[in-house]
Amino acid sequence: MKAVRWSIPLAIFIILVAFLYVGLWRDPREVPSPLIGKPAPSFALTQLQQPSQTLTNSDLKGKVWLLNVWASWCVSCREEHPLLMRLAASKVVPIYGLDYKDDPGAGKAWLAQNGDPYTASIVDRDGRVGIDYGVYGVPETFVVDKQGVIRYKQIGPLSLEALQQKILPLVRELDK
Amino acid sequence: MIPELGHFALILALLVALVQASVPLTGAALDAPRLMSVARPAARAQALLVALAFGCLAWAFVSNDFSVQNVATNSNSELPLHYRFAATWGSHEGSLLLWTLMLGGWSFAVTLFSRNLPPPLLARVISIMGLISVGFLLFLLLTSSPFERLVPPAAEGRDLNPLLQDPGMVFHPPLLYMGYVGFSVAFSFAIAALLGGRLDATWARWSRPWTTVAWSFLTIGIALGSGWAYYTLGWGGWWFWDPVENASFMPWLTGTALIHSLAVTEKRGAFKSWTVLLAIVAFSLSLVGTFLVRSGVLTSVHAFATDPARGVFILAFLAIVIGGSLALFAWRAANVGLGGNFSVVSRESMLLANNILLAVAMASVLLGTLYPLFLDALNLGKISVGPPYFDAVFYPLMAPAVFLMGVGPIARWRQAPLPELLTRLKWALGVGAISALILPFVLGRWSPLIAFGLFLAAWVFAATVASLLARVKSSHRGSILSALRANSLSYYGMLLAHLGVGVFIAGVTLVKGYEVERDVRLDVGESVAVGRYEFKFLGVKPGPGPNYRALTGAVEVRKDGRLIETLKPEKRIYNASGQPMTIAAIDTGFLGDLYVSLGEPVDGNADNIAGAWGVRVYIKPFVDWIWMGAFLMALGGLLAVSDRRYRLAIGRRAAAVAAATPAAAAAD
Amino acid sequence: MIRGGLLLIAVSALTLASAATKMDVPSSDTALDARLKRLETELRCLVCQNQTLADSNADLAEDLRREMRALAVAGKSDAEIKAYLVARYGDFVLYNPPIKSTTWLLWGGPFALLVSGGALWWIILRRRAARLPVVVATDASGEARAREILEAAEPPASAK
Repeated sequence: MKAVRWSIPLAIFIILVAFLYVGLWRDPREVPSPLIGKPAPSFALTQLQQPSQTLTNSDLKGKVWLLNVWASWCVSCREEHPLLMRLAASKVVPIYGLDYKDDPGAGKAWLAQNGDPYTASIVDRDGRVGIDYGVYGVPETFVVDKQGVIRYKQIGPLSLEALQQKILPLVRELDK
Repeated sequence: MIPELGHFALILALLVALVQASVPLTGAALDAPRLMSVARPAARAQALLVALAFGCLAWAFVSNDFSVQNVATNSNSELPLHYRFAATWGSHEGSLLLWTLMLGGWSFAVTLFSRNLPPPLLARVISIMGLISVGFLLFLLLTSSPFERLVPPAAEGRDLNPLLQDPGMVFHPPLLYMGYVGFSVAFSFAIAALLGGRLDATWARWSRPWTTVAWSFLTIGIALGSGWAYYTLGWGGWWFWDPVENASFMPWLTGTALIHSLAVTEKRGAFKSWTVLLAIVAFSLSLVGTFLVRSGVLTSVHAFATDPARGVFILAFLAIVIGGSLALFAWRAANVGLGGNFSVVSRESMLLANNILLAVAMASVLLGTLYPLFLDALNLGKISVGPPYFDAVFYPLMAPAVFLMGVGPIARWRQAPLPELLTRLKWALGVGAISALILPFVLGRWSPLIAFGLFLAAWVFAATVASLLARVKSSHRGSILSALRANSLSYYGMLLAHLGVGVFIAGVTLVKGYEVERDVRLDVGESVAVGRYEFKFLGVKPGPGPNYRALTGAVEVRKDGRLIETLKPEKRIYNASGQPMTIAAIDTGFLGDLYVSLGEPVDGNADNIAGAWGVRVYIKPFVDWIWMGAFLMALGGLLAVSDRRYRLAIGRRAAAVAAATPAAAAAD
Repeated sequence: MIRGGLLLIAVSALTLASAATKMDVPSSDTALDARLKRLETELRCLVCQNQTLADSNADLAEDLRREMRALAVAGKSDAEIKAYLVARYGDFVLYNPPIKSTTWLLWGGPFALLVSGGALWWIILRRRAARLPVVVATDASGEARAREILEAAEPPASAK
């Protein structure tokens, strides 16, 4: 039918608008992690509060745990810190900290000042472990299951919403 | 007081725009001359009111009125006067007001240069431009008023983004917007033609100068943006296929197709519905570009502070304006009718190919720009589409179009005998081939890509000359001079614009093929040699600036051992924002640029500036040809528009039309 | 003759101009640096997301450049270095989108558009050419009449 071809530009435009509308609610800067569903990259790093001791990822197999990437120079980390303290106090899931590209002295001082929610923090001075985990912005939080597989990544500070709606239910699920 | 006056002026402008958008349009539909005559005064009043509002905002900036939120966020009392003025459009709200001002300006111009337009056509054109003004004014007043007060007023402003404290800032946005907004005239003509049901060669003749002027401004605006990035951003690049750059490039590609398509419609009455569609698409892309920059949908260096609510508003506006136009097109374009016929080898067929290639190029850029968004919206992951994609797709599409650019002007309308074309162009082909084969060796290195680029550039030059020669030869005038004078300005404008393309291609090919970069650590007194040049680093010294602290480096440049210049790259820290900026030092030359910028002090210690530094040195052969070429293109466009026949023939033709067809006008 | 002369002048001018700017191919940049630089310009910085890894001054960009250099020195190929980064950051880090099922439309689109455009062009041409009136040869009286008409008419208003 002749009329159809004249409507093609309109049809294309309608599809375009639909996509643009959906796009309004997305964040183009967010980089999703390709590690979801893959084994957590291995590490063996000294602990921040006990420098003579090393922590490796295999030490943590058999339990569900959170990896929280933080640093004393990170401003947004202060935002989520109270939440982390509450989470740690509730003893639902152990939180391990990755002190990313930080001076250990400054890291310890920061924890002393703001509170230490971490079962242990490990020191990643040159950022290599961070790169392995695909860290590109601090803070970030990973949920790792009993087999050592990464199940979720939170980009940016933790929010109460993210905790209640995504992380805690997932942890409960994985704990079964 | 003054900001409130500005705000009030905007509200009044909105009311007038509502009148402008509705009354003349109704008048055209009902054939009521009284209603149609509202068009001119309404458009002029609206334009003046917006100008008043803009003046009020500019006043607030220039007089450092930090009780206005926008001024406090984007300006600073230490800012030099011309940047305080330019800061008026340095924010989302201000630049939107600039857009609206330009729209008013173009509407005003249409009321001035339209004495011979039939009243229904003028009424419709003005009304549609009024409709667009309504949209922008509503957007300004409802979501983005630049006149918001800050209570209590700030003692000092936060400063204009240092990247914007530059002459480029003073010119790039206004010229760019002149282009974007100028396409609204062609758009309005197209919609008016669809509404009125009359689309003929005369319509094309009216639309053409408006479109060409808008296109010329857009060309300059884009070139300025590219040049600005080159010397401001510090790493010698001039085009990144960044989403916002693409947002300006797509209307440009469409506009180029449009001016060529209008030529065919004007001269041969062909491609009518395609021309109308192009006019709609060109302006639609301007609007989509506005959306992309302000909605947060794509990341870009250019993006203004984002807000989904604003995005929804613009998207709704887009949907109404563009969706409405395309719906009108779907409904009415079929009635527009077919035009002249032409053979397989003819100027029309080549212009058609040019249009198709440009349209495909535009669609490809659109695809690449929006593809990450598509995938993300469908939850198929996040990818990036950058220069490797665009370069791979764009150049192969443009190469045949550039080749055709040499053939088109020589081809006859309707039927161009192939043997004639070959005869006229064979030596142009020869020049192209020889340049491709020999020049690269002379310049230092042969590669297929360089050769191909040089072939195209030389081909364009030679074929353009061939076209002029053919004209002069086949003219019946006695002397060469009178033969040259017999050609219209419009013809020379085309030649100049095409030459500009050739210059541009030469610049791009040569700079990409032969540029050299060195990124080195230099101690004070140490040199680096690049080709025939030697760059000797003399150290960095601190010094003050008007609103920044500067660290100025000195680099002596020697060519073949002889000192030719001392370049002074800078690193600045702006007082108000603390933001650092790298200012490159460039020795600009016709045959190439020497470009030096500072990296970081070697020890990473900000206090140790007197020691070794990282220094970036570039040699960029023929890079300025890129912008020279663009400038020539724009100049060609403006030259073409100054052709006498646009001023005379419109009067003569329209008088005849008006006298002969009162019945036809009544049937509208 | 004139054309040949112009050709000669054109080529000589170009040769002279280019001799003035003869560029030496750089020698001291190591092949490794050049290779890394090329790779880095194809990769996206995740912090300053509008810059390549080559241009960005962000800490992470420096770290990643360091990692890439270490990998290159260890003998990894370009593909392996890219795979290293993609494994950690996803396809987002590649400015040159990979060819996979989700990007067929992206890579194939322009080509498909070009082919359809070409087909459209051909169809329009055939249709328009077919409608051209066939020129019928006239006899001598027709030609004389035609010449009469031409000489009586005014010259056209403009050259174009």
